Amino acid sequence: MLFERIQEKLSILADAAKYDVSCASSGGKRANTNKGLGNTTAMGICHSYTEDGRCVSLLKILLTNHCIYDCAYCVTRKSNDIKRAAFKIQEVVDLTINFYRRNYIEGLFLSSGIFKNPDHTMERLISVAKKLRLEENFNGYIHLKSIPGTSDELMRQAGLYADRLSVNIEIPTVSGLKLLAPDKKHEDFIKPMEKVKNEIIQYKTERKIIKSTPKFAPAGQSTQMIIGATGENDRDIMYSATYYYKKFNMRRVYYSGYIPVTMDDRLPSIGSEVPMLRENRLYQTDWLLRFYGFSVSEILNDTHKNLDLDIDPKLSWALRNLDLFPIDINKADQRMIARVPGIGMQSVYKILQARKFRNLDWTHLKAIGIALNRAQYFITCNSKDFFTKDVEPYVLKRKILKNSKSKYHKYYNQQLSLFS
Amino acid sequence: MNPQTVLIYDGTFDGFLCSVFIIYEQKIMSPVIRKESQTNNQLFTITEKVITEELKAQRVWHGFRKKTTRNEQRDFFKVFLSEIKGVENTLLSYMQTIFKKKLNKNIDFSNKDILKISQVARMVGREKHRMEAFVRFQLTKDQIYFSNIAPDFNVLPLIIHHFKDRYADQKWIIYDTRRKYGIYYDLQTVEVITFENLKGITATTRKNAYADDEVSFQKLWNTYFKNVTIKSRKNTKLHLQHIPKRYWRYLTEKNNI
Repeated sequence: MLFERIQEKLSILADAAKYDVSCASSGGKRANTNKGLGNTTAMGICHSYTEDGRCVSLLKILLTNHCIYDCAYCVTRKSNDIKRAAFKIQEVVDLTINFYRRNYIEGLFLSSGIFKNPDHTMERLISVAKKLRLEENFNGYIHLKSIPGTSDELMRQAGLYADRLSVNIEIPTVSGLKLLAPDKKHEDFIKPMEKVKNEIIQYKTERKIIKSTPKFAPAGQSTQMIIGATGENDRDIMYSATYYYKKFNMRRVYYSGYIPVTMDDRLPSIGSEVPMLRENRLYQTDWLLRFYGFSVSEILNDTHKNLDLDIDPKLSWALRNLDLFPIDINKADQRMIARVPGIGMQSVYKILQARKFRNLDWTHLKAIGIALNRAQYFITCNSKDFFTKDVEPYVLKRKILKNSKSKYHKYYNQQLSLFS
Repeated sequence: MNPQTVLIYDGTFDGFLCSVFIIYEQKIMSPVIRKESQTNNQLFTITEKVITEELKAQRVWHGFRKKTTRNEQRDFFKVFLSEIKGVENTLLSYMQTIFKKKLNKNIDFSNKDILKISQVARMVGREKHRMEAFVRFQLTKDQIYFSNIAPDFNVLPLIIHHFKDRYADQKWIIYDTRRKYGIYYDLQTVEVITFENLKGITATTRKNAYADDEVSFQKLWNTYFKNVTIKSRKNTKLHLQHIPKRYWRYLTEKNNI
């Protein structure tokens, strides 16, 4: 290997791939067979963290950053004047294996700019995965990007070697897509998703009959949306996320605050702040939908189109539905306890178990680890001492904000401080 | 007044279980279990040395297994490995609660020992997971992948399985520099190893032991690591929360090569 040349390519092609947020290495299961190399467990491991605090679990690179498209939001757009590079297939294989053996990574996340045409690009991605699996006996995690517009036959092949496939929808609305990526069609994104979904369903039915049916993308598929590039509100974003979860059985939808990378009148200018807090609130909503039994219309609807920035979406929902509270922690059902602000699913489980032994009081709840600064206003327990005042939502909100300190404080507190 | 009885054991898990056996056998009223290595300066105590016998240990563990789930057993062992001072006594009082209780699937998280066990087990579990993540192998000339670690808790026994499964086709050593022992996989089984005269090893001997390409790959990894950071999102607090500084020593990407 010519290390210096590889090093240069690696710096260009890792740099270009970093805007893809997904780094999950979990959700699939692949055992190490015949004393080969590696395995994939349901847990996933973050081997390191970048200085912006994101997990590094996969070698995330582009095969090349040459691209025939000119999408406004993308660094590798055709019209952008940047250094271009391309890896050879064997180079990617060697890098992956050598990083993996040193316990740096869980596997490979390979994406690419589109050269020639979608099928040609996809074919190259697949041959990397195929080589890893068949020649190197590699059982680590492989995430391939499905190139929009790829044929069904190639998508099928990709699923045989990859653990996860993803197409990034990038722009949540069709109109936004037209504006920023005029060469791409909405259907081009949908088609590979549809194919992967159907293949997974087929695999699952066949496997019931023939146990040795070859695995098909065991970690499912995911997608990503850019937040804050075009003018969508949070409702638009979460409704399309819900659509993708339901329609294509997505494992994950990722939200990526737009980072200005190019000068373009259609986009926020370079230097404008990344909407990190908004991104965080969207993820919180995503969790409420997937794990806490909320439906999207409870959190976002016509009267409530955007998430509050200063409080979390669950608290915001609770304040709008004060008539449902307080609930008795010793009697309420799981669904209701999960809806109390400041109680997470871990605590819900502990409360349900513990209350079979005795009636819980504030000390127990505190020891279990719920956030009393929020929860105390919404629950009663085995104690005469609880919040009884009937107050307006905004009064309660002010009270809670006064007694808690958010790490995001600086983002929504616009007032200038006198001594800073 | 009942004088305290201090039971001194050899620091092994079996030794600890034997202490429990003796407490039940001799009906000791206010026992304290302590490792040999920990000094005892207390007045007015009776001291008894526990002799580790596998059979006794097995009897206690067997009884415990009958009343607990696999998860609770695993947590119990994890908490023992935490080596937190006095943890033996929490474990003892937890065991006593378990032996007393009738069969019941539910876990009483309002009992302070049970909650404590579940919390400490989580801490140890997190450290185990960190070691699975933070081990950085370096390839030596004799084709062994070698790694030093210094975990907060004694987690080597917990990570054997993971590394044996994953790196089935390469020889490796993971060495705990704090506890002065390591585990070695020779393509067949994993063995516990210790090193003699570690003092003789200098930076140069270490460098000479590397395989030819080792440093190049470390450089590539560091290049990669540098280039995946998005500068406009820099968040040092979060970064440190995920990788506290005490782990940096053994992370390739946190050291200049």
